[in-house]
Amino acid sequence: MRAAVLIALKDLRQRVRDKSFFLWGIVAPVGLAAIFSLLLGSVADGDSISTTFGAVDLDGGEQGRVFVEEVLGAVEDAGVVDGIEVYGSRDAAEAEVSTGALDAAFVIPEGFTAAVASGGETAIEVIGYIDSPIGTEVARSIATRYVGEVNGVGAAIGTVAALEGAMPSQADLDEMVSGILQISSPLRVGTIEAADKELESSTFYSAAMAVMFLFLIVQFGVLGLLEERENGTLNRLLAAPMRRFSVVLGKALTSFTIGVLSMTAVIVITTFALGADWGDPIGVAVLVLAGVIAALGLMMMVAAFARTAEQAANLQAIFGFLLAMLGGAFFPVAAAGGLVETLSKITPHAWFLRGLGDLAGGAGLSGIVGALWPILLFAAVTGGLAAIRLRKVVAP
Amino acid sequence: MAGNILEARGLRKTFGDLVAVDGVDFHIAEGETYGLLGPNGAGKTTTISMVMGLLERDGGDVVVDGKPISTSSTSAKAAIGYVPQDIAIYPDLTARENLDFFGRLYGMPSSTRKQRVDEVLEIIGLADRAGDRSEEYSGGMKRRLNIGIGLLHGPRLLMLDEPTVGVDPQSRNAILESVERLSREGMAVLYTTHYMEEAERLCDRVGIIDQGQIKAEGTRGELVAMVGGRDRVHLATTDRTEPAVGPLQQHPSVDEVTAADGSLELLVRGAAEALPRLLETAASAGVSVTSVDVVEPNLEAVFLHLTGKALRD
Repeated sequence: MRAAVLIALKDLRQRVRDKSFFLWGIVAPVGLAAIFSLLLGSVADGDSISTTFGAVDLDGGEQGRVFVEEVLGAVEDAGVVDGIEVYGSRDAAEAEVSTGALDAAFVIPEGFTAAVASGGETAIEVIGYIDSPIGTEVARSIATRYVGEVNGVGAAIGTVAALEGAMPSQADLDEMVSGILQISSPLRVGTIEAADKELESSTFYSAAMAVMFLFLIVQFGVLGLLEERENGTLNRLLAAPMRRFSVVLGKALTSFTIGVLSMTAVIVITTFALGADWGDPIGVAVLVLAGVIAALGLMMMVAAFARTAEQAANLQAIFGFLLAMLGGAFFPVAAAGGLVETLSKITPHAWFLRGLGDLAGGAGLSGIVGALWPILLFAAVTGGLAAIRLRKVVAP
Repeated sequence: MAGNILEARGLRKTFGDLVAVDGVDFHIAEGETYGLLGPNGAGKTTTISMVMGLLERDGGDVVVDGKPISTSSTSAKAAIGYVPQDIAIYPDLTARENLDFFGRLYGMPSSTRKQRVDEVLEIIGLADRAGDRSEEYSGGMKRRLNIGIGLLHGPRLLMLDEPTVGVDPQSRNAILESVERLSREGMAVLYTTHYMEEAERLCDRVGIIDQGQIKAEGTRGELVAMVGGRDRVHLATTDRTEPAVGPLQQHPSVDEVTAADGSLELLVRGAAEALPRLLETAASAGVSVTSVDVVEPNLEAVFLHLTGKALRD
């Protein structure tokens, strides 16, 4: 162990001297976190999305009124949109959308209320502005949700009619629809619970950049093993009175120390400089340690399979960026669903960020166990493969 | 053998079908410099790697300072100083830092380490540049630091694997002087080289190695005696050589004549005196000699005699 510590201290001195630790371990992650926070932070935090919707009620019935006044009114009251403008014709609303004055417009077709009351299929048309995909998507979601609810009501009425053998009177229908909609509350807008688990943009980008560069900076330790082999000093180390494994252990210790120091520095700097809120220090420390071990496992695996230090550095960079992207360090891949979402679940990055989200949501140490074990599993798998192959690097 | 610092017996190493080292035996006594002389690829580095415990042996034993050496040895390695063929230093560390790191690795106590580092810096002539990063050194300075690391911890056996390859003449001489001084101070030295003159200058005994086998071993005098103290005379011709073979063999100072395509190889006693008459004999036989090369009896000649090829082939 003494020899491993000596090797690690020597490596750390080299890394400090060539400034690679400061550049890749502190300047790059903090700098990128600052840039992302400034560029994307206000958008991500929802501070400056300005959305205005239009509404055209061609139906004139009860359901059209409910949608325009109650549903869209509630959306406006909740601050999801900045304003709702009502138009008398489809053309008028479409003209406003085409100029960008509106992000999207809802068109409630004629016979909408009757269709609901009779149990027939109906829909609300959404006209979207081409340069406002987010606003259009929000509008489409509101309309889809509402239509889904009223179609459900229609189906319920149809069922009643079938059971009683005849359609109820118009007065009865209006009473039933009103009653059902009150019960089912077609659209609720309020604070989403999951939002409590989301990181603020400055924290998110600080954490995302920190964990991404963590997977890059650990190479400075383990790659040293290949560099020592290439420049001949590995034989010199192996000729010294110490166990061969001490060399590998020393390199791993270097990577571990560099990883922990880098993460600690980024956490401290972003907390004070960017206002990042990392959460419970103990929970963060546990997540950081798990992340460093996972990064170390991957790096050792890459070093074990690569033929040269240069090849290993390139592979580690590719893996580092790929895992960061899949893990949601740049954008929320979970929303993409499908294969991408599945792949993101094998990345330590995704679980690291999820663990921080849990901490931000008030979870304690026990609350991040669900995020910890996938990270440690990743470390075990990659580290295990590395252990098998790394023997060859220092093999006699 | 009492007093031997190193004893290597029956060393053998194969790489696939290639037998790199085949039954090598040698020993080095305290204060003795032993040279392994052979061309590139003869098996010198493989032998030294097995002696160091860097390479797994397929057969044989190595004992250093009374302790057996294997790839898993730790304490026995403390008795060995290793100077690899390629420069093996950390370029972004200073000479002092390089030496200090390896001193710690060899377990030198801090009380003696600093003093010893200063001593070695003086020995290798880098005391005034000790605080500069070694990447700023000339090739010769790096070579000297490479050696300094090997002798820092005061090993009983110093192994130098072709330490002068690619070194300028001035640095080369400095390296050879360092080895001579260490030998005088009682250190056992294993020195591999393919430079005959280095082996002749430094080594008390030389093992001539080729194709993984030690072909002959002994002091310079013992080895030269193997070729009978005779000069090797090479006569290049433009004509057929056969007509001159018989008359030359009749010459009293000539022991052996070998005809090759366009040349004659003669083993001659006292070539300097006999050469004019030999040229006359050749000319009388109708063979015109275009150039003459005389190799006095040395290790090069011994190697040629033993292997049929030159050291630098």
